[in-house]
Amino acid sequence: MAIAMLSMPFRLHKLSGSAAVLFFLWLVCSPVQAALNIEIFGGGANQIPVAIVPFAEEERLGAQSLTPVISADLRRTGLFKLVDAGGLRPHEPAEVSYPDWIGRGASALAIGTAIPVSGGQISIRVRLLDVARRAELGSYVETVPPEQLRAAAHRIADMIYEKLTGDAGVFSTRIAYVIKQGKKYSLQVADADGVNAQPVIEYTEPIISPAWSPDGTRLAYVSFENKKPVVYVQALATRARKAVANFRGSNSAPAWSPDGRKLAVVLSVMGGSQIFLINADGGGLQRLTQSSGIDTEPSFSPDGRYIIFTSDRGGSPQIYRMPVTGGVSKVAERLTFEGSYNVSPRYSPDGKGFTFIHRSGDKFNVAIQDFATGQVRLLTDSRFDESPSFAPNGRMVLYATEIRGRGILSAVSSDGRTRQQLSTQAGDIREPAWGPLRRPQ
Amino acid sequence: MKKVLGVLLISLLTACASQTKQPGDEDMEDRDRSRDAATQREGSMQGEDYSSPTLNPLTDPNSILSKRSIYFEFDSYVVKDEYRSLVAAHAKYLREHPNARVLLQGNTDERGSREYNLALGQRRADAVKYAMTLSGAQEGQIEAVSLGEEKPHAMGHDEAAWAENRRVDIRYQGE
Repeated sequence: MAIAMLSMPFRLHKLSGSAAVLFFLWLVCSPVQAALNIEIFGGGANQIPVAIVPFAEEERLGAQSLTPVISADLRRTGLFKLVDAGGLRPHEPAEVSYPDWIGRGASALAIGTAIPVSGGQISIRVRLLDVARRAELGSYVETVPPEQLRAAAHRIADMIYEKLTGDAGVFSTRIAYVIKQGKKYSLQVADADGVNAQPVIEYTEPIISPAWSPDGTRLAYVSFENKKPVVYVQALATRARKAVANFRGSNSAPAWSPDGRKLAVVLSVMGGSQIFLINADGGGLQRLTQSSGIDTEPSFSPDGRYIIFTSDRGGSPQIYRMPVTGGVSKVAERLTFEGSYNVSPRYSPDGKGFTFIHRSGDKFNVAIQDFATGQVRLLTDSRFDESPSFAPNGRMVLYATEIRGRGILSAVSSDGRTRQQLSTQAGDIREPAWGPLRRPQ
Repeated sequence: MKKVLGVLLISLLTACASQTKQPGDEDMEDRDRSRDAATQREGSMQGEDYSSPTLNPLTDPNSILSKRSIYFEFDSYVVKDEYRSLVAAHAKYLREHPNARVLLQGNTDERGSREYNLALGQRRADAVKYAMTLSGAQEGQIEAVSLGEEKPHAMGHDEAAWAENRRVDIRYQGE
């Protein structure tokens, strides 16, 4: 209840004054024009001002300090304005002088302690306070070993994000991507902020299209290690893997069904590139699409009843939707009409829309389309964007782009207002996929 | 699986080819047929010289059969008219050499979706395969595969590089 009451005023505030006029203009503008307006007019005024006060005894953690990670997580979303704590160092609610924080413009305040305890562990206690109401909005209590400090910081940021926006935080999630270094291709998994990258598998042949299982324990991907594309499923914990689609011709574009039991894959075994359903262990092959053209890049709706996919059956690559009934379908509903190249669709987590790549002139950009209105919004204006995927809370889209011929990862908020590059290693990074909320045990 | 074996076989044969000479009889037969084929063609085959017993029409730079790449427009898999004679020549070679096998590798430029490009590369290879079968090559002689945008020839990021990479390569087994 407190969440709803708190988040309402914030949302109303966003629409106040000139911002509301601009928002209205944005609504009535043509879809493709809209994105540029968002970038020009979006920004600081609408952000939630929050202060993250360094925790008691946190300085003893040195480089493993919690609050810089929490602040960076929140800042990256573009939804928050980090208010400088100045010399104020409250650690308990009784130590908070609310007028001081009102004076600094903070709407919310995070305070806490991080105290070393027996066994080298750190006891963390954090409270999130509503400055106007002088009330606790949420809290976080956990005792962790030092190597878990960063993960704990992400969980604290998740709590703050959830209490202040009403949406799930995604700072504890992970991303997968492929990095090419010289002749080596490495499929890696990293934290959502790009830190803690771990290789899953490495080859001297290309790896593309990683896809997270819905429970986050497995990755499906396409490897060219046998000189042609083959779909593999690999368990992250055990590293055990299996070729689940290795038919004559090409095998690619794996997409998990929401229950994690099946994969939609694209095979050329029966001619063309067509979408099939296969059990996650490789059995039970079943054809889904039948067209004379290319059908590829399937993505399941969150309820598993539909797939959207790319097809050139109408003469140019466009995005289509069809029900998954268990049989072959020759018909599908065309969803995109603007431009001659719309590819790489991915359902939004709420199922109300999808993100995709839209080509306009020489540019390939991330866009979002709403199912109900058909409205398209361009979220980027760079030159070569690829492989968009939603954060599990639907608030951001991760995608690959390039700078000076080198692939990098970027994320854009799904309203197009905030964009950022993820910390990048040396190499050419591509094919990002944002993992699910739950983490493996 | 078959395809993997095929690729492995090609790799093995390639490895062997550098050290092993083909039996001379087969060479003669191939060459004679090629000469016949050549005399039936006009213009482009002028200047071919089959008098040397080591000359292979597939590699002779004066033979149209030594040309192995077919180029495409952006997001297109239409085999352009300028490549009709090239495709027809290879189809004719296949028709006249029933034991010959080719691998068609479809490629795309780096722009756009990797998965769509994989399918587009397949479509380009399939289009060349179809044109070859229309000209009399047997389907079983031709395998069409795609490398998508994953194996670019030209490493640049401009139209010249992209044009070079929108391509189907014809590779004969044993090469």
